[in-house]
Amino acid sequence: MIFSEKHELIRKLARDFAEKELTKDILDRIEETNEYPKELLDKMAKAGFFGIKTPVKYGGQGSDMLSYVLVIEELARVSAVTTVWVSAPNSLGGGPLLLAGTEEQLQKYLVPVAKGEKIMAFGLTEPNAGSDAGATSTTAVRDGDYWILNGRKTFITHAPVADYCIIYAKTDKTQKGSRGISAFIVDMKLPGVSLGKPEKKMGLIGAPTSDIILEDVRVHQSDMLGEEGKGFTNAMKTLDIGRIGVAAMSIGVAQGALDETIRYAKERKQFGRRIADFQEISFMIADMATKLQAAKELVYRAAQLKDMNSPDATQAASMAKYYATEVCNEIAAKAVQIHGGYGYIKEYKVERIYRDCRVFTIFEGTSQVQKMVIANTLLKK
Amino acid sequence: MKIIVCAKQVPDTNEVKIDPVKGTLIREGVPSILNPDDANALEAALQIKDNNPGTTVTVISMGPPQASYMLRECLAMGADEAVLLSSRAFGGADTCATSTALAAGIRKIGDFDIIFAGRQAIDGDTAQVGPQLAQRLGIPSVTYVQKIREIKENSVVVERALEDGYEVIEVQRPCLLTAIKELNEPRYMTIFQIEEAYKKEIKIWDENDVNVSPDVIGLKGSPTQVFRSFTPPPKGKGEMLTGTVNEMVNALIAKLTEKHVL
Amino acid sequence: MAVRIIEEKCKGCTKCVKACPFEAISMNGKLADIGPSCTNCGACLDVCPFGAIEQVDDGKQGMDITKYHDVWVFAEQRDGELMGVSIELLGEGKRLAQEIGCKLCAVLCGENVDHLVDELYEYGAEKVYYASAPELKTYNTDAYTKVIYEAIIKYKPEIVLLGATHIGRDLGPCLAVKCGTGLTADCTKLDIDPTDKKLMQTRPAFGGNLMATILCPNHRPQMSTVRPGVMSKPERVPGAKGELVKLDASFKEGDIRMKVLEVVKAVTEKVSLTDAKVIVSGGAGLGGPEGFQLIKKLADRLGGVVGASRAAVDAGWIDHSHQVGQTGTTVKPDLYIACGISGAIQHLAGMQTSKIIVAINKNEDAPIFEVADYGIVGDLYKVIPALLEALG
Repeated sequence: MIFSEKHELIRKLARDFAEKELTKDILDRIEETNEYPKELLDKMAKAGFFGIKTPVKYGGQGSDMLSYVLVIEELARVSAVTTVWVSAPNSLGGGPLLLAGTEEQLQKYLVPVAKGEKIMAFGLTEPNAGSDAGATSTTAVRDGDYWILNGRKTFITHAPVADYCIIYAKTDKTQKGSRGISAFIVDMKLPGVSLGKPEKKMGLIGAPTSDIILEDVRVHQSDMLGEEGKGFTNAMKTLDIGRIGVAAMSIGVAQGALDETIRYAKERKQFGRRIADFQEISFMIADMATKLQAAKELVYRAAQLKDMNSPDATQAASMAKYYATEVCNEIAAKAVQIHGGYGYIKEYKVERIYRDCRVFTIFEGTSQVQKMVIANTLLKK
Repeated sequence: MKIIVCAKQVPDTNEVKIDPVKGTLIREGVPSILNPDDANALEAALQIKDNNPGTTVTVISMGPPQASYMLRECLAMGADEAVLLSSRAFGGADTCATSTALAAGIRKIGDFDIIFAGRQAIDGDTAQVGPQLAQRLGIPSVTYVQKIREIKENSVVVERALEDGYEVIEVQRPCLLTAIKELNEPRYMTIFQIEEAYKKEIKIWDENDVNVSPDVIGLKGSPTQVFRSFTPPPKGKGEMLTGTVNEMVNALIAKLTEKHVL
Repeated sequence: MAVRIIEEKCKGCTKCVKACPFEAISMNGKLADIGPSCTNCGACLDVCPFGAIEQVDDGKQGMDITKYHDVWVFAEQRDGELMGVSIELLGEGKRLAQEIGCKLCAVLCGENVDHLVDELYEYGAEKVYYASAPELKTYNTDAYTKVIYEAIIKYKPEIVLLGATHIGRDLGPCLAVKCGTGLTADCTKLDIDPTDKKLMQTRPAFGGNLMATILCPNHRPQMSTVRPGVMSKPERVPGAKGELVKLDASFKEGDIRMKVLEVVKAVTEKVSLTDAKVIVSGGAGLGGPEGFQLIKKLADRLGGVVGASRAAVDAGWIDHSHQVGQTGTTVKPDLYIACGISGAIQHLAGMQTSKIIVAINKNEDAPIFEVADYGIVGDLYKVIPALLEALG
């Protein structure tokens, strides 16, 4: 795809930021301590990374989905975990608010999220409701001006550090499946909100994740997000955006893996020549680059369709997420393979890349769910 | 206050490589960037703007039309307006002719309190255009500014770096200051300001717009001219020492002793 | 001079497009077209297989250059001491003056620095132009520019050389504009064209990737700043004498628009890379700031100083004053030991004229080995301790 000069400049901003700020030392420290430095978050907030397509009047930058993709891609090229922090306020955190929030809610919640002052988590997944989000068993029961929430949300990114969380809960038990679910903005300091223990993850170290436990949490009616019973639609539309975000992470991470591999293959000598001069290696690299380019085109297209509000955007987002995440894993695996023993050692970048990207085909809709979505758009018309 | 910043788009010389076989410059894929010292100059101006509401920052550059991309970057960092001097007549200028052109452009922009420029551009490393421009405008200049201590009513107090320390200089306004890396840390653009930068117009002026004779600018107005360019011949490859660490070290000491450098 | 395409001869092969270091040539259909960024460097002339590019005289007029004589060196002093580069320039200036057949002169500004006049004679100046005034005690752009400009107008030197120090690089451009002449910055080589006695000034450009020889054919004086450490110091001849010319140094209200309030010497250890006989430099391969302790040990043992590559300085491991290279200091010690420095072109530009270069690097393909007299492929953390031990 040919980008406009404006989008090139946005890419340059993100690339400059990544190269200058996300140094090896800092990334290693994040990996060791499992903590993401506040100074980095502040700098990203200043550059506008937390509200890329959020309208200016809600504290955002007023740009578009394509800009969001470019920022995520360039940051992911250097650090996958960084993009988890950037994507949250732009998609899963800010998305539900932008889709359904009242003016009051947007001012109160979206503005600080877009400015990076507050963190909003997204509470959809439950122990028994993963891909089958309709199986939500968290409940909300009306009590005057309040709703009383009970249940458990699981694998919630940023839960340990979040100020608020969007909680999807069943408000009408008489409705089956995805119907009768409503969304609430829950202040994490409310009585009855507690956290599970932080998960020890394979990758994306530095983005804390835990369960959220809700025990008789009283949420005011004014914090119900969108219409009663329309929560599931809100969640699914949000995931459309989220999918493009994960797809963007994937092309960035894959590019990082490819860069490292090309560099290594030109440096490393075996049998008296550069390993890049062996056809087996060079053809693997050719495959990696070609598939990556194909993935990129799918991701950029999905972003553009989203910007145009095209009816094809959902299908395109799923295709992009499905293909880009799978290809990213393939490229990361080949990168490790080409690095040989060194690829298995933490000192080399591809080791982290390999672990970080593993979850891409899983979270925000597994590859299998994406295929369901794609098939549905094709066959259920 | 009204501040003018001089900026140049340059090839990123860190990315320039030499073709090992032909010994020529490999230019392909070398990105064009905002000259690093000029980013410090712009940052200095923006910091003054941050602290003095009502300040405007105008960036001026001379270069081909593509240099407008660099000027958008300046706008996206926070500059208010941008001017590009661009026409065939400006081309091929040495520093002398460049300063003539910029002086003409600045006269057209109008009054100013301070001009900031980068110390030098990485493609030429001459450090001449800043002070030359000041001479042409008849204003005092301080080069190698590493710190701005105080902006006074009619003067500015700055620190000027020397090789072995620095001087504190008070200079009358209006004046021209050239910035070095130590002066500050240039800010990032913001996404919002990138969006805004593309809604603004970059003024493109030719020699007629700035009312300067084509005889004193560009190649014609340049007293110096390049007689020839060549890639520096690499020094011949020496001797690689071999063996264990101790063997190599002992061999080295023997060689250096033999050459009387030890 | 201007470069021109002879359209009848151009075959559209695009060789010149690729050869142009300034991206000035593009294709206009099947014909090469020289654009505005052309500097007349002539790189395209040599590559054109059809002789379709020529340099033509554009009949540019300058000033009457026949009235200008002698080579001047700006004798930069700080605290009553001559800068090393000024002495180097006296040596170089002497050579140029001899080739032209004219005098070598020095220009000295300061307050009560009479003792330097003799020193300048002893380093080869035949004439010293000397201005003494309180306003000239420390360098002041306006004051120095005024005094020296007036001297140039009055005495008309044909060449003026300045050291490319922070001061010389400030003064040079101001003088050049006032005199209406050109100035070539940071020269590393000066020659006199034997046919027309013009000064050929060679300097690095593009971060040292390209060398350019610059002429100032129609304007006088021909002015250059010269990098410290590039030229050799002349022998001092004790008791040598010359002619003293006092310069007017009176100032009126408004002449001097800046005031030096204070001069602060760096508290950090003074690194005189230019004068060092031995330099041990560290680069990215050190892996961190601690590595410089080892570098320092070796430097101390050899009676040398510590240098650094830009990568190490940019990483914040060591102060900029240690930086060797195009954007740092140019050095030519008797012995230069590069440790963990890959040898980026910009580094090589600043050290490749060292007498003996030793490179220690893990990567056998590191470009530093291309310029090294002796190369050791190995871990510097093993090699340097072994070296220290062997040296005792």
